[in-house]
Amino acid sequence: MSETKHPSFPGVPFSGDAVNEITRRDFLNEITLGALGIAGLGSVAVTYQFFSPNVLFEPPTTFRAGNPDLYPIHSVTFLQDQQVYIVRMPEGFYAVSAVCTHLGCVTEWKPDADMIACPCHGSKFKADGTKIEGPAPRPLPHFAISVTPDGELLVDKLQNIKPAQVLKV
Amino acid sequence: MASTLHSALQNLRDRKVWKSIFRRGPANTNRTRSLAVFGNLFLHWLPVKVREKSLRVRASYYLGSVSFILFIVLFVTGILLMFYYHPAAPHAYRDMKDLQFVVSNGVFLRNLHRLAAHLMVFAVFWHMFHVFYRGGYKPPHEFNWVVGVVLLLVTLLLSYTGYLLPWDQLAFWAVTVGTNIISAMPFVGDKIRFLLLGGNIVGENALLRFYVLHVVILPLVAFLLIGIHFWRVQKDGGLTVKPKDDDGKE
Repeated sequence: MSETKHPSFPGVPFSGDAVNEITRRDFLNEITLGALGIAGLGSVAVTYQFFSPNVLFEPPTTFRAGNPDLYPIHSVTFLQDQQVYIVRMPEGFYAVSAVCTHLGCVTEWKPDADMIACPCHGSKFKADGTKIEGPAPRPLPHFAISVTPDGELLVDKLQNIKPAQVLKV
Repeated sequence: MASTLHSALQNLRDRKVWKSIFRRGPANTNRTRSLAVFGNLFLHWLPVKVREKSLRVRASYYLGSVSFILFIVLFVTGILLMFYYHPAAPHAYRDMKDLQFVVSNGVFLRNLHRLAAHLMVFAVFWHMFHVFYRGGYKPPHEFNWVVGVVLLLVTLLLSYTGYLLPWDQLAFWAVTVGTNIISAMPFVGDKIRFLLLGGNIVGENALLRFYVLHVVILPLVAFLLIGIHFWRVQKDGGLTVKPKDDDGKE
C-alpha cells in the first residue's frame, strides 16, 4: 500500500482517508467556534436576566376599600387610585377591574346609561363587567374581595375570581 | 483682494500640514477629483460620477436626502435637549415644561425636534412609496430595499420611544396602549412587554428604558443602517432612473 501525502502537512505520514482525518487547524477551529458559541449563549442568558428586574417599586396590588356601609345598595363606585369599581347589589359585593381588556385604558362608569364605557376605542360593559360591545375581547375581570377582621373590604387585584362569586356582608 | 485670497490659499496648500491632511494636489483633473471623493471618509460612499438625470428633482424628489437631513437635525437638537432633560419622574415632565417656558430658546429646540420627527416619518414613508413606484426594489437593489424597510421601522421606533419622554397623559396612554398591543403576541408577548417596561406598569423603569433606546441604541442602529444604505446605492449602480422621462428627454 503506497502512502499518500498529507493534504496539509506534506512530510507527515497519512493514511489517505481525507474524510475522517481531522487536521489540527480544523480541530482548533471547531473548539474555538464551540467555545465562542457557548460563551455567546451564556451572555444572551445573563443579559436577559439582567434586563428582568428582581425588585419592583410598583403600587401594592391589594388594598382596603373601607367599610361596607360606605357603599349603598344598587351602586357602582369608581376608586380612581386603584382603577377598580366596587359594585354593591342586593345579592352582595363584587370588585370589577376598571382597566379595559382591549388595550388597557381606564374605563368610566356612566350612571345615566347604566354601563361602563371605555374612552379610547368605545368598548361598553355592564356594571358586572360583561361585555355589551367590542372591540374589547373579554369581559372586565372580577377581583377577589373579602372582609378584614376589623370589618373593612379587602380587594386583591392579582387574584381573579368567577363573576358568580359574590361577597355577602 | 481676490488675488491676495488666492495666493493665501495657495500658500496654505503648500504647507506640510495641509499636505499631510489632504494627500493630493488641487482637484483639477478627473483623476484628482475622483481621489478627492475616494480619499474622504465622509464622501467615499458617494459615487464619483453621477448621471445628470439622476440629479433631477423628479428622479428622487431628493426624499432620501430630505430624510437624512431631518435625521441630522433630530440628532443635533436631540443632543441639545439632553442637556436639560432628566429621564426620571417627576423631573421629566417638569424639564419638558422648563424647556417650553424657562430655558432660552428651549421651546424652539423642542418644537424643532418634535416637528422634524413628524416630518421625518412623513419623508421616509414618501421616500418608500416613491422608490416602490419607481421600481427601485428590483434587482440589483433588493438588499438595499430591505435595509430601507428596516430603516423605516427604526424611524417609527424612534418616534414611538420619543413619544413617552414628555411624560404627560398623552405619552402615558400612548405607551400603555402600545405595550398592550405587544402583549397580544402569542406566548412571548407578556415577557417582551415586561422587559420593555422593566415592570408591569408604565413607570420610572419604562421611562428610563425608552430613554436609553431613544438616545443611544436606536440612533446607533440608524446610523449604521444609513451608512450601509448610502454605500449600497453606489455599489448597486446608482439610482434607478427611467430611460426616458415623460417629457421625452433622456
